Amino acid sequence: MIFESLSDKIQGTLNKLKGKGKLTEKDINNAMREIKLSLLEADVNFKVVKDFIKTVKERSLGSEVMESLTPGQQVVKIVNEEMIKLLGESESKIDFSDDITVIMMCGLQGAGKTTTSGKLALKFKKQNKRPLIAACDIYRPAAIKQLEVVGKGIDVPVFKIEGENDAVKIANEAFKEAKKKGNDVLILDTAGRLHIDEALMEELQQIKSSLNPREILLVLDSMTGQDAVKIAEAFNSTMEISGVILTKVDGDARGGAALSLRAVTSKPIKFVTTGEKMSDLEPFYPDRMASRILGM
Amino acid sequence: SMYTKIDDELLEDLEDILIGSDIGVESTMDIIEHLKNCVKTEKLKTPDEIRIRLKEYLKEIIHTDDETDDSNMKTPTVILIIGVNGVGKTTTIGKLANRYKTMGKSVLVAAGDTFRAAAVEQLQVWCDRAGVELIANKEGSDPAAVIFDSVQAAKSRKADVLICDTAGRLHNKKNLMNELNKIFRVVDKEYDTAFKQVYLVIDSTTGQNGIIQAKTFKEAADIDGIILTKLDGTAKGGIIVPVQKEIGVPVKYVGLGEKIDDLQPFDSNKFVDAIFE
Ligand SMILES: Nc1nc2c(ncn2[C@@H]2O[C@H](COP(=O)(O)OP(=O)(O)OP(=O)(O)O)[C@@H](O)[C@H]2O)c(=O)[nH]1
Ligand SMILES: Nc1nc2c(ncn2[C@@H]2O[C@H](COP(=O)(O)OP(=O)(O)OP(=O)(O)O)[C@@H](O)[C@H]2O)c(=O)[nH]1
Ligand SMILES: [K+]
Ligand SMILES: [Mg+2]
Ligand SMILES: [Mg+2]
Repeated sequence: MIFESLSDKIQGTLNKLKGKGKLTEKDINNAMREIKLSLLEADVNFKVVKDFIKTVKERSLGSEVMESLTPGQQVVKIVNEEMIKLLGESESKIDFSDDITVIMMCGLQGAGKTTTSGKLALKFKKQNKRPLIAACDIYRPAAIKQLEVVGKGIDVPVFKIEGENDAVKIANEAFKEAKKKGNDVLILDTAGRLHIDEALMEELQQIKSSLNPREILLVLDSMTGQDAVKIAEAFNSTMEISGVILTKVDGDARGGAALSLRAVTSKPIKFVTTGEKMSDLEPFYPDRMASRILGM
Repeated sequence: SMYTKIDDELLEDLEDILIGSDIGVESTMDIIEHLKNCVKTEKLKTPDEIRIRLKEYLKEIIHTDDETDDSNMKTPTVILIIGVNGVGKTTTIGKLANRYKTMGKSVLVAAGDTFRAAAVEQLQVWCDRAGVELIANKEGSDPAAVIFDSVQAAKSRKADVLICDTAGRLHNKKNLMNELNKIFRVVDKEYDTAFKQVYLVIDSTTGQNGIIQAKTFKEAADIDGIILTKLDGTAKGGIIVPVQKEIGVPVKYVGLGEKIDDLQPFDSNKFVDAIFE
């Protein structure tokens, strides 16, 4: 389970503190060092970890805590509050107020965009929406075919222009098609790209400026390590993403990326994906995650 | 004194670089500990000396005698490509097929991923690009059966190299790992005269989860080498340090892009230098 080992370790540390009647500065320092290592082992970005530890330490060493009757409990409370801040507070939903809600998927190669496009479409279909998925990946071998197989499996139409080498045009034509056919959600599956690939980032910006998507979702592999922050920062600064989908959480990733993301983008994680089946998509509840990590 | 303060800061800086490249807490602590000893025993003084020593040490622990020399590869060879979802297995097979073919080898590819949507079509495009033949069955068929057919084809055509694709699978999926076992048994049984190589593909952006990947895939197969993909991004791929410690095999190749020739033999010098860039 995501966060499992992180959760075990942090709870171990906090339990030691809870038991103490009085806390010394040394107790706090030791506990903070343990938490720091646990977070790093869970792939939380090292800069995010430093900031987190600094804040918790400063608050914990304040007189309200040190002089209280239950200092250990107070520190646990502070860790919890700061953890919730890291993860974001409540579930954030997709806004369907447009006639055609355009949702654009973007992210690195192999993160899970195409599969997740299908999963979202299935979810919306179950909510009585009429999704259309557009095959805007003109680069990956057999990308269109892959999306067609996905679409067929969930009985959702896929818009494609075979042989077209302009992704922006495909996106625009797909929008017209959605209008014509009465689709109320348009999901754009785009090609995987590196955040430092200027030409391909420009392509995304052009799609964005012509269709003005309601949601621009960064699809990020939950197994990503320290680089998650750079990836998210880059996509957010060029595209201004509206949220993140964290994929492959069935692989017992430590989940550190989830904790780092918000700190650098302040954008919410909207969904997590939990397998290769089309139904393997779940909303993300940050507050529940924080409680789970801390065992509260 | 002032000097120790500068040293502590320097060490913390170096520690951040190592952690930031995904080498992981444990390996980083070991490396820094070793470096501190070097500082004492070798009387290193300037930050430059310390940094150079660290680079040397990293190269030492990453380097293995068994560097990639595939120009005199034994034939026939069967190469099995394994790894978690989306790391770049299929793409790497296209690149490898092209590389071996360019060296004058006759290459055959097996479409052992019968699960993923359009996996066969994707691999077919790569085989066309490389100009090699693909052996494939229908989507949804038994992967071990495709491997069986491919081995027979490789034998009868006297192919020098057979490269087998497999479906991406997360290390913690028991039944999928068993399926991998079945594939290995088919190759062992049907082609015992061939030289076998199992390569684990790891994505450079992978964090500490890579260690579990290595550990669990190793339980399913004797891994001979690592292929580190997507090194053209900003990630450093430092996860190979604990991974190598875990499975004790060399990194054979690195993937540097999505084009057919974006594959190179691993170079520990370049790799370590990039960590400090
Ligand atoms: N186990 C697991 N596998 C997943 C999940 N989501 C996606 N995958 C797998 O990850 C691999 C990559 O998924 P894709 O949907 O092709 O990824 P992509 O981002 O579209 O890839 P590119 O188009 O090449 O950039 C496939 O093998 C998927 O089946 C998940 O939640 N769990
Ligand atoms: N930038 C970059 N992208 C790569 C590299 N290698 C592979 N890719 C891309 O990563 C994505 C996934 O590659 P695949 O070869 O489909 O990966 P896979 O491991 O076969 O995926 P599954 O079969 O779904 O598990 C594709 O978009 C590739 O083009 C590389 O070295 N650099
Ligand atoms: K790199
Ligand atoms: Mg895709
Ligand atoms: Mg593949």
